[in-house]
Amino acid sequence: MKVVIGHLYPDYLNIYADRGNIAVFERRAAWRGIELEVDEVGPGDEVRPGAHDLLYIGGGQDREQALIAPDLAAKGESVMAAVQRGAALLAVCGGYQLLGRFYRDRSGAELPGVGLFPLYTVAGERRMIGDVLLECELEPGARRTLAGFENHAGRTYLDEGAEPLGRVVAGFGNDGESGLEGCRVGRALGTYLHGPLLPRNPWLADWLLAQALRHRLGEALALEELEDSLEAEAHAVSSARAHERGGRY
Amino acid sequence: MRPHVPLVAGIAAARAAAGLSRLVGAGGGTTVPGKLLALIDPSAVDRLAARLPLGTALISATNGKTTTAAMTAKILAPRARLAYNRSGANLVSGVASTLLAESGAELGLFEVDEGAFPEVAQRVRPRAVCLGNLFRDQLDRYGELELIAERWRAAVRDLPETTALVANGDDPQVGDLARERSGAVLFGLDDPRHGATGLSHAADSKWCLVCGRPYRYTAAYVGHLGDYHCESCGHQRPGLDVAARSIELDGLESVAFDLVTREATRRIRLRLPGLYNVYNAVAAATLSITLGATLDEVEVGLESFSAAFGRFERIEIGDRRLLVLLIKNPAGANEAVRTLVTGGPPRLAVIALNDAIADGRDVSWIWDVDFEPLFDGLDRLVASGDRAAELALRAKYGGVPADVVELETDLGRALDRGLALTEPGGELVVLPTYTAMLALRKIVTERGFVRPYWKQAA
Repeated sequence: MKVVIGHLYPDYLNIYADRGNIAVFERRAAWRGIELEVDEVGPGDEVRPGAHDLLYIGGGQDREQALIAPDLAAKGESVMAAVQRGAALLAVCGGYQLLGRFYRDRSGAELPGVGLFPLYTVAGERRMIGDVLLECELEPGARRTLAGFENHAGRTYLDEGAEPLGRVVAGFGNDGESGLEGCRVGRALGTYLHGPLLPRNPWLADWLLAQALRHRLGEALALEELEDSLEAEAHAVSSARAHERGGRY
Repeated sequence: MRPHVPLVAGIAAARAAAGLSRLVGAGGGTTVPGKLLALIDPSAVDRLAARLPLGTALISATNGKTTTAAMTAKILAPRARLAYNRSGANLVSGVASTLLAESGAELGLFEVDEGAFPEVAQRVRPRAVCLGNLFRDQLDRYGELELIAERWRAAVRDLPETTALVANGDDPQVGDLARERSGAVLFGLDDPRHGATGLSHAADSKWCLVCGRPYRYTAAYVGHLGDYHCESCGHQRPGLDVAARSIELDGLESVAFDLVTREATRRIRLRLPGLYNVYNAVAAATLSITLGATLDEVEVGLESFSAAFGRFERIEIGDRRLLVLLIKNPAGANEAVRTLVTGGPPRLAVIALNDAIADGRDVSWIWDVDFEPLFDGLDRLVASGDRAAELALRAKYGGVPADVVELETDLGRALDRGLALTEPGGELVVLPTYTAMLALRKIVTERGFVRPYWKQAA
């Protein structure tokens, strides 16, 4: 059993400890005897639909994001095709914005995005910075929470009928007003939450790993449970922080 | 319009506040009077600084500003009576408080927070400015590195023409500030034997300022600091006016190097380890020389320097010793880890992670630190601080077995646990974030092992 992660632009988009998310995939796969390979996809490299079971794209500083934006736009169709064939995807912060339809900066100029997520982002005056707690229901009836940290100037607006990743319990979320956070299109998830996201929310890492395995094997497979008490404790501290001090200017 | 308060009245009120702050046990009273003065009379800082007969020197950087300022103070102390913010209170209020407390001073010497540098520079109209480096740090507080660099560019442009600029030529962003300014003095390291040719994970300033292609490094010494060039457009490290050459690292104890200026060469032996301290020493030397110090004074000052507050500081605790290394961002923590491991990796460590405003509320930076070389050698890791669980997770996903990690949120108990695991005569390595370091100092001060920080000599 082997899954392949395509990590997009690790040299450019790594501002909020994105490698922590990759480490969680690697360890949690290894603890279950699943072989996992991380394929770094940089500028000029090709995304071949079907080659990766999971695509990961993180966030960068403005300069780095501007440097890779044209290259990502050129990869757009193959990223869309990979997801349509059933690959899972996690996009965090800047990567999340770049996979929407466009990003409009303060001067009004629009940076075109990939269009995988039905949303657009507009630069705001003040950054939305702080701890966040979300409630999600990725599988019907299975309500879970996600605890993370957000730091974004962009306000992201979902299209009518688009599915968010979750509802904001405490924090700002996509735009600071709608009470929605992130976006979901099938097995593709986008979010502003870093922290990094996965170490303190291992259930989401496992959900994504299960989707990746499904893409590889063509069938759903139950993952064995792991000892996650430390993760639960970190999640509890982070949730308490979101309640105490999330979402305020 | 704000009513004008006479400077004397404002100062008297602010001084009274410092005494009050200590009296009620709120710490050294190091920023309270400055905050009060800023409230009563915001331009008082400008006027207080203008009274200094020898002017003011400012030191800013993401990493090393406290040590660089302490080294500079050591070199310049025999030369001039200093108003120096040794407590590390490095915002406008801290500068104001120091100026208030040191009324007879001749020369102002201030380490300044990166974000506060533009305002402080504009207020005190410094005689000299020393800019060390820019690394990603507390993004929730400072914003992106590019933003700080942009503010620094504007601040440097607005400096009086007479202000001397001393800058680190090994940092692409910082070295670039000197380009527009004639007479700027650039310092750096020049000993490729100690440099890497690749950059560490999550390095900053990796892309050419001119054309955006990746820089190539003949030698990367600390993070992205080093001898860089762009193969695409030819942009490269500027020529250095003062350099450290023939560097010899001696484990956790010391480092020696040739301080090479345009005129002379002097061998310097520091009682501190690590390449990052060579950067601090060269910065302090270059700034001091710019302010008129002789090479003899530089040598005496640097060689008698031990450690700044919490930065590779050794504290005797009965028959054991603490080695305290402040960690606050990936680049700084990487150097702390590298220095520790080079000196013989410890088998026991206490790491304390807090998430107050001064630490950065966002703790994600610990995942960008290359802790693994330290983790690999540990038999026991005591994870402490308000975010101890997050730190323990960092260790878990960094490959540390579950039975090696002990979780002890309370710093006092973590310290006791660490000391109990340390043999008599042994040294306990503690890596705290900023507020954890302050809390730790408070604990050992209460136990009578160190003097309060506001009473320490330069």
